[in-house]
Amino acid sequence: MRRTEKSKRATSFRERLVEFGLLGSGVLSIFTTVAILTVLAFETVGFFQEVTFAEFFGDTQWTPLFSDKHFGIWPLIGGTFLTSLIAVAVALPLGLLAAVYLSEFARESVRKAVKPALEVLAGVPTIVYGYFALVFITPLLQKFIPGLAGFNALSPGIVMGIMIIPMISSLSEDALHAVPATLKEGSYALGAGRLATIFRVTIPSAFSGIVASVILATSRAIGETMIVAIAAGQQPRLTLDPRVPIETMTAYIVQISLGDTPTGTIEYKTIFVVGASLFAITFVMNILSQRIARRFRGKI
Amino acid sequence: MSSAIEVKSAAKTNPNINLTLPDSAEKEGSLKTKFSIKNLSAWFGNQQAIRAISMDISEKQVTAIIGPSGCGKSTFIRCLNRMHELVPGTQVEGLVKFDGYNIYDKGVDPVLLRRRVGMVFQKPNPFPTMSVRENVLAGLKLTKSEQIKRAPETVERALQQAALWREVRDRLDEPGAGLSGGQQQRLCIARALAVEPDVLLMDEPCSALDPIATARIEDLIHGLAESYTIIIVTHNMQQAARVSNRTAFFLLGELVEFGKTNQLFTAPKDKRTEDYITGKFG
Repeated sequence: MRRTEKSKRATSFRERLVEFGLLGSGVLSIFTTVAILTVLAFETVGFFQEVTFAEFFGDTQWTPLFSDKHFGIWPLIGGTFLTSLIAVAVALPLGLLAAVYLSEFARESVRKAVKPALEVLAGVPTIVYGYFALVFITPLLQKFIPGLAGFNALSPGIVMGIMIIPMISSLSEDALHAVPATLKEGSYALGAGRLATIFRVTIPSAFSGIVASVILATSRAIGETMIVAIAAGQQPRLTLDPRVPIETMTAYIVQISLGDTPTGTIEYKTIFVVGASLFAITFVMNILSQRIARRFRGKI
Repeated sequence: MSSAIEVKSAAKTNPNINLTLPDSAEKEGSLKTKFSIKNLSAWFGNQQAIRAISMDISEKQVTAIIGPSGCGKSTFIRCLNRMHELVPGTQVEGLVKFDGYNIYDKGVDPVLLRRRVGMVFQKPNPFPTMSVRENVLAGLKLTKSEQIKRAPETVERALQQAALWREVRDRLDEPGAGLSGGQQQRLCIARALAVEPDVLLMDEPCSALDPIATARIEDLIHGLAESYTIIIVTHNMQQAARVSNRTAFFLLGELVEFGKTNQLFTAPKDKRTEDYITGKFG
């Protein structure tokens, strides 16, 4: 009797230990997130005590390191969106075509081999992509595009596009694959051809999943740091010209972090305000993609 | 896809595959043959699903296909509009003459065939992204039919034929997937009828429906038989007895018996048919 009671107590102690450990790791990750947000918020508030909202959102120059300081965020946002736009313009058609090919045309054996192979693209370290853009793509493009600077938005944009292709192709392929066979059969039975079935039945049925994949890939491109820090240059410039050097929000943070900016100065605080802006943008996009994805699950 | 263009021109020149129906309905006894099937066999990979089926199916009649699960009923009707071959690794052998023209001839485009041989599936499958109206018109849009110009008339006609018009006339722009199961199935029937086929293949169309919805579809089949050739696969022998003129009994991929529905149910010639309809197995 006593022995079983003892072992019972031991079991319950072990269980409580495990429970506590699991709770601890859960709390730790929440705590980390909260801590990051707090630091971001704290330094951002500090920044706005010295710089007005009007200047931050109204000025078109970003020169915190010059003696004539300007704190207009738009050149950084512009640089980020320019490179991301180029990336999406590359990845969207290629990713979608790959997804349609894999789910509708490829044989099962091909699909099983090609899909993971494509996903390897997403696993290449971004520093490799960065140098690939700088020392391979840029010189290549300079042969065709006169006036392309050594640092520019185009080349890292294209390379980021290649990097996010698997996000679009893989998630969109999942969405297309999830379209019930009965719907496709319904279309064929009406005398529709293969292409009409794909474009008017299968793709529309998977549309919200495809949109979610594109938004997710876009926010990945927006948050991408290494490629643009290496190949896009470090000149905050409000322009739509992809041939000249620009600077993205992430690249700016790298630039300041690597320098010897003293803690507590306004230059130091800028990296937090830029970080907070970046966080806000990607946060909104992630919520958007989750909403759309949920609607998509409800439908199928 | 490459053969589509060739066949379109073949359809124009070949009188056998013209798209009009003969004007006069044949009288009982001298029924015109719609499908003439000779030695039809079909496989999934190495598995043979139907074995050397031969039968003639008459125009403007309801033909029921009965038999236990896995006897090849569905595979059989899916060979009649060449849906069987959409599944990878399948194979078909034999002759299927549709209005005297072999649908497995090299020059025949299955896409064009399926516009004349419509199909309704076991589970209602309205297109979830489309409204009721768009669902009815889906066939015309998917096939880029000229008839889309008369869209409002087509929607009303098809929904009336499917006995759904009165229930959905005020909800034409609502999602088709929002209707009840029975309504969805009638919507699928309307969708099949909108492209004006000659034949309607129905693959257990009531198996996902409740008895009231089933009764409505059965009524509908009676009415449709005046203008369409209907082939219905069913699990339910009572249903076959209620709706069909002729019944075929399939077992293990073979056609055991085929005859007038009355006669097959009251005086079956084959012992296996008798055992099945009296409930000894299946």
